Amino acid sequence: MKELSRRRFLSRVTVGLTGFIGAIVGLPILGYLLAPLFRAPTDELVPVGQVSDFPVGETKLVSVRDPSPLAWAGQTADTALWIRRREAGGPSMFQVFNVNCTHLGCPVNWQAGANIFLCPCHGGVFYGDGTVAGGPPPRPLFERHWEISGDRLLVRQQALPTVKQG
Amino acid sequence: MIRLRGIGKIPGAIASWLGERFELEDSLMAVLRHPVPRELERPVGWWYVLGSATLAIFVMQVVTGVGLAMTYVPAPNSAYDSLQFISHEATLGAVVRGMHYFGAGAMVILVLGHMTQVYLFGSFKFPREATWLTGSLLLLATLAMAFTGQLLRWDQDAFWAVVVAAEQAARAPLIGEWLTRLVVAGNNVGGATLTRFYATHVFLIPAAVFGLIGIHLYLVVKRGISEPPVAGLPVDRPSYRARYAEMLRRGIPFWPDSAWRDAVAAAVVVLAVLLVAAIVGAPDLGNPADPTNVVADPRPDWYFLGYFAILALIPPATEALVIVGLPLFAFTFLFLVPLLWPDGERHWSRRPAAIAAVALPFIAYASLTVAGFQSPWVPKLEGGTLPANVTQGLGDAAHRGADLFVSKACFACHAIDGAGGRRGPDLSHVASRMTRDQITARIATGGSGMPSFAGSLTPSELADLTAFLLTRH
Repeated sequence: MKELSRRRFLSRVTVGLTGFIGAIVGLPILGYLLAPLFRAPTDELVPVGQVSDFPVGETKLVSVRDPSPLAWAGQTADTALWIRRREAGGPSMFQVFNVNCTHLGCPVNWQAGANIFLCPCHGGVFYGDGTVAGGPPPRPLFERHWEISGDRLLVRQQALPTVKQG
Repeated sequence: MIRLRGIGKIPGAIASWLGERFELEDSLMAVLRHPVPRELERPVGWWYVLGSATLAIFVMQVVTGVGLAMTYVPAPNSAYDSLQFISHEATLGAVVRGMHYFGAGAMVILVLGHMTQVYLFGSFKFPREATWLTGSLLLLATLAMAFTGQLLRWDQDAFWAVVVAAEQAARAPLIGEWLTRLVVAGNNVGGATLTRFYATHVFLIPAAVFGLIGIHLYLVVKRGISEPPVAGLPVDRPSYRARYAEMLRRGIPFWPDSAWRDAVAAAVVVLAVLLVAAIVGAPDLGNPADPTNVVADPRPDWYFLGYFAILALIPPATEALVIVGLPLFAFTFLFLVPLLWPDGERHWSRRPAAIAAVALPFIAYASLTVAGFQSPWVPKLEGGTLPANVTQGLGDAAHRGADLFVSKACFACHAIDGAGGRRGPDLSHVASRMTRDQITARIATGGSGMPSFAGSLTPSELADLTAFLLTRH
């Protein structure tokens, strides 16, 4: 009886130690892998050009660069935006759209003649003001906050926009 | 023991020395010679080779994958160039990458074929439920390998596939946002994304696959290979094991009586992949991944095209259900199969519902794949011109209208005499079914998925466009 309980004790110690080894190895690894997922998105304002680069009534594609990219990020440090100049001045002078279709994120394409954005993946269509004109997108194009500083147009960086459900 | 009488005896001598020192006779050979039902000697035995054929392709994927990893650079600024180097400059690089690419397709086909055979033979039933469950996990792992592998090409298709995957992940209830961050490894697709997919593709999932194959094969040997089903002879749990043990007493050793067929099948599939790779070579990469190049036409590889198609064809309101629910339902069903139907008839001729459960998804997915290849819902973005016979002999107004038809992107969605997109109705004969007023109203206000063009056409442009369309009888 004594022999048996000693064995049971030793098996528990062995199993416990194995679990402990797993935990001390696993915790730092988990922290290392998960930390980037909880980093807050940068909300810096980055310049996209002179206000005069954007004629009134036109919609232009610009690219903005992540202010602090990883050295090997290459082209992925860039993000494209559609910038629509609505008026010569005032608070509703610009509309800044993410290029991502609100359906599943493919890049929408501006058709200047028709004043619509078309998506190449599942055929989503948006009007020039970003509202849905047809196809599967559940909501208007995602817009970004912008500001004017002197004669420069600044746009706020943000995380990949998603349609949140649930 | 070893007497070197002739050089020809050396290999045999080495083999017997190894066999003795490693005691292979009662370990490896005992396992290889495990008894299998005698029926496998008959041609029905050929149905049992799909699993080993899959295994052979997996080993080939590991070997070619290790080869590719020797050259591939998993960083966004170099991945594309290193793949171009492998495909066009490295000696035999095109063949190795071709084998890996076509091997991936072959593995998806073989895993599905293997599961279909096991399902229709009722081999998942008692006492082999766990074998099926590990097999289902291997199917999941195979699809995950296929998806993560495509991304490593780091061309435009790959880049936007990551974005689409992230957006789909976002639809999951509660953990959606967190999943999105997990997919892109941060807030945006960037420098951290590709290395994670790379490590997942070459370490994480393969490690899981090795482990699962180990358990799967352990179960195949431990539970024994199922006997070919006989109609009218159902699985009866209390008596099955005794009946199967009796069957094995009259059985044949797997090695070599049955294994030779597996070797033939494995050789055939590996040779087929090698031949296709040697003839076709590595598939061309698309344009390099570039978030600022919005002239993209992202498509997944062929085995995911059906899923791509379904996302375009379902009503938007059902989307959350389909994106999250459909895969969840499919895999839950897969896992529940052996738990819900562990006994009863095995033969497919006595299981009409099982035949339907195979045929309907296959037909549905095949049709969706065809639809995905054609993608009629995608607007024609690259522009073009109307055929000469359409614009010939038009009056002034109608001629201006024909120009507007192209410049105002009507052409992107509507075809006339074979030119143009297929997203909206073909307008070759629109005047025979709509009046002037109906055409004008439809262009101005849109409807049925068509945008309103009132804001982008002047009244005279609208009149010209209508005049043009009225020539289309």
